[in-house]
Amino acid sequence: MDGKAAFAGTGSVAHAPGRRAAVFVHGAGMDHSVWVMPARHFARTGLNVLALDLPGHGRSQGPGLDSIAAMADWVVRTMDAAHLEAAAVVGHSMGSLIAYALAARHSDRCRALALLGASAPMPVTDALLDAAYDNHHAAIDMANAWSHSPRAKLGACPNPGMWMLGGGERLLEAAAPDVFHADLAACNGFDPEADAGPIRCPALVVVGEADQMTPAQAGIRVSERLQDARLERLAGCGHAMLSEQPNAVLDALTAIVR
Amino acid sequence: MSDHKSPASIGFDTLALHAGQAPDPATGARATPIYQSASFVFPDSDFAAGLFNIERAGHVYSRLSNPTNAVLEERIAALDGGVGAIATASGQAAMHLAVATICSAGDHIVSSRSLYGGTHNLLEYTLPRFGIETTFVDPRDPAAFAAAIQPETRLVFGEILGNPGLEVLNVPSVAEVAHRRGLPLLVDATFATPYLCQPIRLGADLVMHSATKFLSGHGVVIGGLLVDGGAFDWESGPFPTINDPYVGFHDLVFGEEFGPAAFITRARKEGIRDFGACMAPMTAFQILQGLETLPLRMARHVSNALRVAEFLASHPLVESVSHPGLPDHPDHALARELLPKGAGAVFGFTVAGGREAGRALIESLDLFSHLANVGDAKSLVIHPASTTHHRMDAEALRAAGIGEGLIRLSIGLEDADDLVSDLSRALKRAGGRRSR
Repeated sequence: MDGKAAFAGTGSVAHAPGRRAAVFVHGAGMDHSVWVMPARHFARTGLNVLALDLPGHGRSQGPGLDSIAAMADWVVRTMDAAHLEAAAVVGHSMGSLIAYALAARHSDRCRALALLGASAPMPVTDALLDAAYDNHHAAIDMANAWSHSPRAKLGACPNPGMWMLGGGERLLEAAAPDVFHADLAACNGFDPEADAGPIRCPALVVVGEADQMTPAQAGIRVSERLQDARLERLAGCGHAMLSEQPNAVLDALTAIVR
Repeated sequence: MSDHKSPASIGFDTLALHAGQAPDPATGARATPIYQSASFVFPDSDFAAGLFNIERAGHVYSRLSNPTNAVLEERIAALDGGVGAIATASGQAAMHLAVATICSAGDHIVSSRSLYGGTHNLLEYTLPRFGIETTFVDPRDPAAFAAAIQPETRLVFGEILGNPGLEVLNVPSVAEVAHRRGLPLLVDATFATPYLCQPIRLGADLVMHSATKFLSGHGVVIGGLLVDGGAFDWESGPFPTINDPYVGFHDLVFGEEFGPAAFITRARKEGIRDFGACMAPMTAFQILQGLETLPLRMARHVSNALRVAEFLASHPLVESVSHPGLPDHPDHALARELLPKGAGAVFGFTVAGGREAGRALIESLDLFSHLANVGDAKSLVIHPASTTHHRMDAEALRAAGIGEGLIRLSIGLEDADDLVSDLSRALKRAGGRRSR
């Protein structure tokens, strides 16, 4: 992509012509591995899956991109490279903004939209931005703590034996220097009115009722702005819904992604 | 750089009580229920397929995972600062699971030579039958670890407190040696438990425990735990079990799909599945009961141990005491740095008069139990050269710092005065026999 290596998981299934497609976009400082379960599900059930590493994240070369619009355009170029026409575009947190912008800017490439942990706009506190700017571990600690519900901070992960706070911390620590700040700044600078193209495709908005990062009310407001949106509330769930309630997330996604 | 403040994190003692468990949603049970079930019902066929394909979270069969075990696994991962863990049938099984997840025939391990006898057996005698060789080095010499690394080396290993010499493994230095060569460091932290030392926070990549010992503390179960730190860059070296398609799981590449959880996921999806050394749910429950009081017990274990060590060090019939908490131990300064709350509760001493005096002393003790275990709530004693390490020849014993008269103590939770009195009486009797 653009002369640099880019990585996308396919759910361990090679793409085949003629199948419907699903594209998954991760959040700030994260990578494609957050999507491992839905990616594997939709690949097994017959979709061409792209679980992307955005530039500078995971296995994709940097540098990172500095705006949500640039990230959305990059996602479309990866769809071109993978010969995917239109896809169900699923985003979490920052990825939800990218999916939102993609649907507004490239409506012909988005047959369905799923926004998880969404807020538009998505203001980021100065404390988090400043710590991330300094590549200080406090930024990781803040994001990780605020991303988990009070219940999830004590664990009881549905995935046997996995400690969610540890997994979240390691993922953010693996991000290259400055990438997390660039992502947060892109979220902070996102203007939902800037890409005012109407989003007409069917949409799903999933909110965690114990989400501190993007409170449920913010997600509900996003769903109210969309023409054809279904709202799914996850009781007791924090922002890290893919690890806190992976089965509920997959259940919510199934109808719209297929 | 500005001052940045992290949110308050949940404390160790709280995690020891709560991590991994919510009140049972079906019954409200506050204690962790014992899910004594071999298998678990699938809600429908698609969900079942999803569980088998790692696209759904849940349990299939208790060899692979079990809800009671999962609480224990999550709790130790939380206490050790890892991303996940697997409970195994024993500490030996945890060690084997770690090795088997990384190494194949033709691979090589660099290990400290100051090891638990069972681990020494596995590395020295058994794994070579499967084509995995080990070079043993001085645990106090990080350069020796570096020098022993070969092109085939895939793993570096040591015990945080060597057995029975109590050498303190310089985890940051040995981790640096390993990482410079693209290798993971596995640390056996059985003697320390995460209360005294968290090797992952010092640079180790994987941690294993015999949960039979201090983690459970009651001496009624056999169990092990393997914890993945989640930070090792498996792509940095030739680790085909992580980086290559696995035909045993539809060409799944664990390193690609599972990010920080690549190792522990491979260990569960292959090692536990195929070798099958899983923990019984009742055992997991019993270990959890011990973990709840780990901070309280370990504080008492180490304070009692230091008191007994200081008594023995001042006794005229004792030739030497090897406890890193004593100023004359070669690793005393390192112990203060890496194990600031205390250097464990297992240590050795040598009684004047050699093997015969040692035998007399052990047989004269009343409170100490003569048996092959450590980390019980009750104080224990053993003579390593004739028991736990009897398969080692004289040269290997010397290299591991095990003298013929060495006696190993595991200090329990009794009143320290009573332990000192018991040892004092026994030393007097041993000294009397010696003088006759």
